[in-house]
Amino acid sequence: MARIKVKKTLAPGVRQFVVDAPLIARKAKAGQFVILRVCGEGERIPLTIADSDAATGELTIVFAEVGETTTKLGKLNAGEEILDLVGPLGKPTHLEKFGTVVCIAGGIGAAPVHPIVKALRKAGNEVITIMGSRNKDLMIFEEELRKVSSEVIITTDDGSSGRQGLVTEVLWELIEQGKKIDLVVAIGPVVMMQAVCHVTRDRCLPTVVSLNPIMVDGTGMCGACRVTVGGVTKFVCVDGPEFDGLKVDFDELKMRQRMYLAEEKRAFEEYKITCGGRC
Amino acid sequence: MSEQQVKKTPAVKQPRQDMPRQDPMVRKHNFSEVALGYTEEMALREASRCIECKKQPCSKGCPVNVDIPAFISLIKQKDYPGAINKIKETNSLPAVCGRVCPQEDQCEKYCTLGIKGESVAIGRLERFVADAAMAAGKTGKPALLPATGKKAAVVGSGPSGLAVAGDLIKKGHQVTIFEALHKAGGVLVYGIPEFRLPKQIVQTEVDYVAGLGAEVKCNFVVGLTMTVDELMTEAGFDAVYLGNGAGLPYFMNIPGENFNGVYSANEFLTRSNLMKAYSFPGNDTPIKVGKKVAVVGGGNVAMDSARTAIRLGAEEVYIVYRRSHAELPARKEEVENAEEEGVIFKLLNNPVAIIGDDKKWVKAIRCQRMELGEPDQSGRKKPVAVPGSEFDIEVNTVVIAIGQGANPLVASTTSALNTNKWGYIVTDERTGATSRPGVFAGGDIVTGAATVILAMGAGKIAARSIDRYLKDQPLLTAEEEAAAAVQDKK
Ligand SMILES: Cc1cc2nc3c(=O)[nH]c(=O)nc-3n(C[C@H](O)[C@H](O)[C@H](O)COP(=O)(O)OP(=O)(O)OC[C@H]3O[C@@H](n4cnc5c(N)ncnc54)[C@H](O)[C@@H]3O)c2cc1C
Ligand SMILES: Cc1cc2nc3c(=O)[nH]c(=O)nc-3n(C[C@H](O)[C@H](O)[C@H](O)COP(=O)(O)OP(=O)(O)OC[C@H]3O[C@@H](n4cnc5c(N)ncnc54)[C@H](O)[C@@H]3O)c2cc1C
Ligand code: FES
Repeated sequence: MARIKVKKTLAPGVRQFVVDAPLIARKAKAGQFVILRVCGEGERIPLTIADSDAATGELTIVFAEVGETTTKLGKLNAGEEILDLVGPLGKPTHLEKFGTVVCIAGGIGAAPVHPIVKALRKAGNEVITIMGSRNKDLMIFEEELRKVSSEVIITTDDGSSGRQGLVTEVLWELIEQGKKIDLVVAIGPVVMMQAVCHVTRDRCLPTVVSLNPIMVDGTGMCGACRVTVGGVTKFVCVDGPEFDGLKVDFDELKMRQRMYLAEEKRAFEEYKITCGGRC
Repeated sequence: MSEQQVKKTPAVKQPRQDMPRQDPMVRKHNFSEVALGYTEEMALREASRCIECKKQPCSKGCPVNVDIPAFISLIKQKDYPGAINKIKETNSLPAVCGRVCPQEDQCEKYCTLGIKGESVAIGRLERFVADAAMAAGKTGKPALLPATGKKAAVVGSGPSGLAVAGDLIKKGHQVTIFEALHKAGGVLVYGIPEFRLPKQIVQTEVDYVAGLGAEVKCNFVVGLTMTVDELMTEAGFDAVYLGNGAGLPYFMNIPGENFNGVYSANEFLTRSNLMKAYSFPGNDTPIKVGKKVAVVGGGNVAMDSARTAIRLGAEEVYIVYRRSHAELPARKEEVENAEEEGVIFKLLNNPVAIIGDDKKWVKAIRCQRMELGEPDQSGRKKPVAVPGSEFDIEVNTVVIAIGQGANPLVASTTSALNTNKWGYIVTDERTGATSRPGVFAGGDIVTGAATVILAMGAGKIAARSIDRYLKDQPLLTAEEEAAAAVQDKK
C-alpha cells in the first residue's frame, strides 16, 4: 500500500501523484518504473518514475487516463492508498558525460524525460530538450524541464504554444545547422520514437528510446514485454526499458501493444456503465 | 463392498479406491477442482489396504521421508489429527503435496502392493487427512521456542520459502518473507491452475505461516527494492534464504515467436491464475484464446496450459511434443485428464516456425515430424527430424511450455554468490549453504524446475542449517548431528 500525498491535474486527463513510497524512493534512479494495481480485481500496469526524493520518501508518477486502470487510478484522491506498488523496476538510464544531448519528449513523455534530463545535466552534459504536444493545454512539465535543461524548444501541432510542427522537424534543423549532437534520447508515443530514429539513423546519431510494451510481472518471469532489438528478443522490464533506438523493431512493438485492443475497449465501456464512479 | 468383505479379502486383492472426479464434459467448462477427494468411507477402505510392511519402501521413496505406514495406521484408527501431525513432522504442505506430488514416481512406485497389483493410493490419503484437518479448522499451532532475537529474510514465497519460514519461526527466530508479486505462494498461485490446486488451500498455508508470526512482504523485488547485501548490512538480517524459483521462461528461438497470440506458459498461466483473466472483464486482466490452440511441450506446465485453454473456450487444443507418449514428462494422471477433456496429442512433432498473418497475428504453427533414434544422455530416445516432413497446423494461439530457467535478478545483484553455468545457485545440498556465509538457497533456483516436494524438502534442510548458523553452531546434516549426539553421550 502506498498513500497518495498530493494529487494534481496537469492537463485534461493527465494526473500527477506524489506518493509515500520510501523503499522505492530510496533506490529509484532515472529511467526506472513502478508497477501498480488499484484494486483487488485490478490489472498490473507500469508507470515511469517521474521524480523521487530519498530524503522525504516521495515518489512522483504522471499518467494519462487512457483506459480502465488509469481512469480508476485517477479517481483516487490524496490521502487514499494505491493497493499495490512495486519497484523500482528496470535498468536505470546509462549516464556519462556525452557532451551535447538532445532529449525529445512527446506528450506525456515529458514526465519520464524529466529525471533523465536532470541526471544528464548532473553528469555534466549540455541538454537541449525538445517538447512536443498536440496543443498548449496538453503540454505538461514545461516549467520543470526548463529548470533542468540547458535549453527548451517547444512545438505544438496547432501552434498554440511554441512553434507549430513536429519535434522531428526541430531535430532536423538542429542537425542541419551543424549542431554537434552526441546523443539523442526520445520518449513518447511509439510513432514519435520511430520517427525520431528515422531522422537519426541517416546521421548515425546514437539514439536511446524508452519502450512501453504490455507488461504483467515486470521481473522477467512472463515474457509479455518482449521486443526485438537488433534481431534478438529482449524483455523490456529487465533488459530495458531503454534501448538503442536504431535497432528496435518498432512495427512489432506497435502490433504487440494492440494485442488486447478489443478487450481493453470492452472493459472500459463496461466499467463506464457499471461502475462509473469509484473502483 | 460390505464391512465383512473388507475384512475377509486380503489387502492385496482389494481394488485401489478410485478418486471421484468431476465429469469431463462438465469440468471442461469450469475452473473448479477436478479431483473431488475421498470420502471418509473411501479413505478407510483404502487405508485398510496398507499392510504396514516392515521395510517401509514407500517412506524411502518419499523425498522427505514421511512415515507413511504410521500415518496410514492412524487413519485406520480414525485418528485424523494424529495422522496429519505425523505427516507434518517432515512435510509442511500436505494439502498441496497430496494433490500435486508425482506419487507414481515416488512413494507409490515402491509400495509392496504395487509389485503384483496396485499400490496404496498414498497421495489421496495424504490429501484426505490434510483436507479433514483444514475442514476442522485444526491446522494446530505448534509451540514456538523463546525468541532468539535473530532475524532471517526469506526471498520468495513458494513452497520452499514457506517451509523455511515456518520452521525458523518455530525455532524462535524473527522471519520476513519478501515476495516480488502482489500475492504470496509462488508457482502454487501463479502457475498451477485452480482446477488442480484451489488457491484457497495455498492461502491457508500462507496464512498459517503468517499466523505463526512471519511477516509477509509482497511487492518487494529483492535485487531491486533492496539487494541481499543491503538486507544483511542495512536492514539487519542475520541470515538470508533464497527461494526465488526458476522464473525465466524459455522460448524456442524459432521465427515468428513474437507474433501476437504467442504466449510463454508463464504468461498464459499467470494471466489466468494470478490475475484471474478467466473472469474478465470482472477481473481487469485480459487473455486471448483463439478457437484453435497449440501448446508446445509435454510436461505438467504444458498439460496445465492446454487444460486452461479448453476451459477458456478453445474448441481444439493440441499438445505438440517432439517425443512419443511414453516420454511425456507430465504426470500420467494429468495426461489422462487432458485426454478426457479432449486435448489432441500431436506427438513426435517439433515446431520449426510460427506463421503469422499480415497483422502479425498467429495463424499456424509449422511442425516437422520426428522419429525416435538412439537414447541420449538422459536415457530417453533422441528425436530425429524426418527430412521434408514439414506441415502446418492452423491455430490462433500458441503457448510455449518448454521449460524455464534461472532468473538472474537475485544472483546477479548479490556479491560473493556462486552460480553454475546455467545461472542456478550453487549450494551444499546437505545443508543448503551457498558460497556466501549466512546466505542459503534451495528449491527451483538451485535444482532447476523440479517439484513442490523437493523445493519444500530443500527448505526444511536449509532451515535446520540457518537455525544452527544463527546459534553460531557448525553446519551439520541431521545424520551428522545425530552421530555427534551419540559421541557426546559417550
Ligand atoms: C515501462 C513503461 C512505462 C510507462 N510509463 C508511463 C507513464 O509514466 N505514464 C503513462 O501515462 N503511461 C505509461 N506507460 C503506459 C501505461 O502503462 C498504459 O497507459 C496503461 O497500462 C494503460 O492501462 P489502462 O487500463 O488504463 O488502459 P488500457 O485500455 O488497458 O490500455 C491502453 C493501452 O495501454 C497499453 N497497456 C495496456 N495494458 C498494459 C499493461 N499491463 N502494461 C503496459 N501497457 C499496457 C496498451 O498498449 C493499450 O493499448 C508506461 C508503460 C511502460 C511499459
Ligand atoms: C504450471 C506448473 C505446474 C507444475 N505442476 C507441478 C506438479 O504437479 N507437481 C509438482 O510437484 N511440481 C509442479 N510444478 C513445479 C513446482 O511448482 C515448483 O518446482 C515449485 O513451486 C518450486 O518452488 P520454489 O519455492 O523453489 O519456487 P517458486 O514456487 O517458483 O516460488 C518462488 C517465488 O519467489 C518469487 N521471487 C522471484 N524472484 C524474486 C525476487 N527477486 N524478490 C522476491 N521474490 C522473488 C517469485 O515471485 C515466486 O513467488 C509445476 C510448475 C509449474 C510452473
Ligand atoms: S513483464 Fe513479464 S517478463 Fe517483462
